Amino acid sequence: MTPSPMDPRPSAKKNRIDSLAATAGGGTATAVKDVHVSAAGKVGDTGGVSLIASAWARLRRNPVFLLGAAITLVFVVLALVAPWIAPHDASKRIPELLDDLRPGAIPGPRDGFPLGSDEFGRDLLSRLLVGARQTLIVGVFATIFGLTGGLVLGTLAGALGGWVDSVVMRVVDVMLSIPSLLLAVSIAALAPRPSQWTVIIAIATVQVPIFARLLRGSMLAQRSSDHVLAARALGVKPQAIIFRHMLPNSLGPVIVQSTLVLATSIIDAAGLSFLGLGNSDDRQPEWGQMLGEAQRLIQDYPHLAFYPAICIIIVALGFTLMGESLREALDPKSRR
Amino acid sequence: MLRFIIRRLVQMVGVLVVLSLLLFLWLRSLPGGTVSAILGERATPATRAAMEKAFGLDEPVWVQYGKFVGRVLQGDFGPSTSVLPGTDALDIFLQRFPATIELSFFAMLIAVALGIPMGYVAARRRASFLDNASVVFSLVGVAVPVFFLAFLLKYVFAIKLGWLPVSGRQDGSLDATRVTGFFVIDGLLTREFDASVNALKHLVLPAVALASIPFAVIFRITRASVLEVLDEDYIRTAESKGLTNRVIRGRHVLRNAMLPVTTTIGLQIGALLGGAVLTEAVFSWGGIGEALALSFSRRDYPVLQVIILAAAAVYVLVNLLVDIMYAVIDPRVRTR
Repeated sequence: MTPSPMDPRPSAKKNRIDSLAATAGGGTATAVKDVHVSAAGKVGDTGGVSLIASAWARLRRNPVFLLGAAITLVFVVLALVAPWIAPHDASKRIPELLDDLRPGAIPGPRDGFPLGSDEFGRDLLSRLLVGARQTLIVGVFATIFGLTGGLVLGTLAGALGGWVDSVVMRVVDVMLSIPSLLLAVSIAALAPRPSQWTVIIAIATVQVPIFARLLRGSMLAQRSSDHVLAARALGVKPQAIIFRHMLPNSLGPVIVQSTLVLATSIIDAAGLSFLGLGNSDDRQPEWGQMLGEAQRLIQDYPHLAFYPAICIIIVALGFTLMGESLREALDPKSRR
Repeated sequence: MLRFIIRRLVQMVGVLVVLSLLLFLWLRSLPGGTVSAILGERATPATRAAMEKAFGLDEPVWVQYGKFVGRVLQGDFGPSTSVLPGTDALDIFLQRFPATIELSFFAMLIAVALGIPMGYVAARRRASFLDNASVVFSLVGVAVPVFFLAFLLKYVFAIKLGWLPVSGRQDGSLDATRVTGFFVIDGLLTREFDASVNALKHLVLPAVALASIPFAVIFRITRASVLEVLDEDYIRTAESKGLTNRVIRGRHVLRNAMLPVTTTIGLQIGALLGGAVLTEAVFSWGGIGEALALSFSRRDYPVLQVIILAAAAVYVLVNLLVDIMYAVIDPRVRTR
């Protein structure tokens, strides 16, 4: 039986991921093909516009995308320069604040400390600023790891097909059958001591099956497409077909998903911290961790939870706005 | 149709078998282990050995797995080791399960009741202010960590304004009769209507918080799906035939647009179970989410096993039902 993107044994989640793959993957295929052909110089410019070019043209005018991109840009710049612009050392307990810190009294805003102190007498503003960097690290690495795992599995399944495909996809099925937070919690719990990296690995693992399925779906759609057939007829080596022709053309939906995962991984990290499985080293403040820890004190000091929560919401919104408008721009159906 | 169902059932059993094996191996590789969790690190070797023998932990791993599967098939997961020592783990699960179901059901109800009409209206008035506003609203819903939303609602409506109860499922002072474990239904069955009303009041905040997860997804899928269907030839045909708006809306647009929405609702059960863990913790709900968090911190293997296996089973089962329902609504699925 030749596998097709419309797997005859559909489960609901698979179907959705596959259909996402089919729409977006098919779209980019045309785009990259155009680029290849014109780059080779064999076919003159036919006056057509490639999908990437038209997507970019639409994105540039899309206020939703611009807002998302602006938020992301500010966040990344802040994360990069944080240690230099933070007014105080984020991991040090500051004597001035400590003087007024006693059980049941956390110093509020004052001169030099615009947001006041955290529960241990450290400067809250500095911790938020430095936290931007840690948050970015968690989001980016969780996405990269999840993406890499998914790329390897998805390429194996989509390119080789046959029993490799069956085995890989059964593993993916099992992983998808566990609710994602439960899976992340289970993996995080394996570590003897929770750290930044256990959090990252736990969140990344949850993303692997999603990326794998997405990529496999669009790779399968590629396999029977004209440009792959043409390459095969021209005698291009199988490896080159997979890595030069099929993989780049399948990346569209994966890129969109990555943008969205950047947002969810930051939120998931907060969830893990809330359940006591977050990074236990609070010298590396991270927004999710700050929010998770602050929940114990929320009744009396809601602002301790409020600031990191607002930061998380804005940044997650930024990534999501970008991802959603990217998805719409890459979908050839929505081009009007 | 019958073959379709049988094939999916066989597949489901396969997934659960692999899952049980993974779960078993995972539990054994957790750090610390049951014995240390109960006796503490300083127990003498003799007491440790006696304890290991009592739990059958001294036998080879594969023997333990064999026994584990045998017992699981009889519904015997063994007594809880530390959450409620001595109580049957399955009983703990069954006792708390209705609480989680009740919460998840109301959350899903809110999400569907809001998400589908809003998605439909947004799609009909594409690019209007209403459309943009509801899209942004739904994206904010994605970006807010569910436990933070839960705290926020609790802080504003329960603690500050005092309109709704702070935590729990029902006021203990009511001394309501228990029949099914679903407190709202119990009140109706026993004609203790005040008990039902009280339980509903307790439900509002956690259900709204939890609903934020499926709401955003259901809204977006409905909107996208209605947009797609509105573009179809058969809608134009229906319009040119002069069919009334009501017929077009109900029979042509909504019926076709609901297909992907059904799938999505099934998929959201997983996310809902994950979110319930976080929401229940905020409201001391007494469901399986709370038990899960407890059994993680106290390394209660039997309770963990029941909950994770059951969560996956529920998830797989619900998606099987969704697939079957899908085949009923859409005859094309059956012939594939």
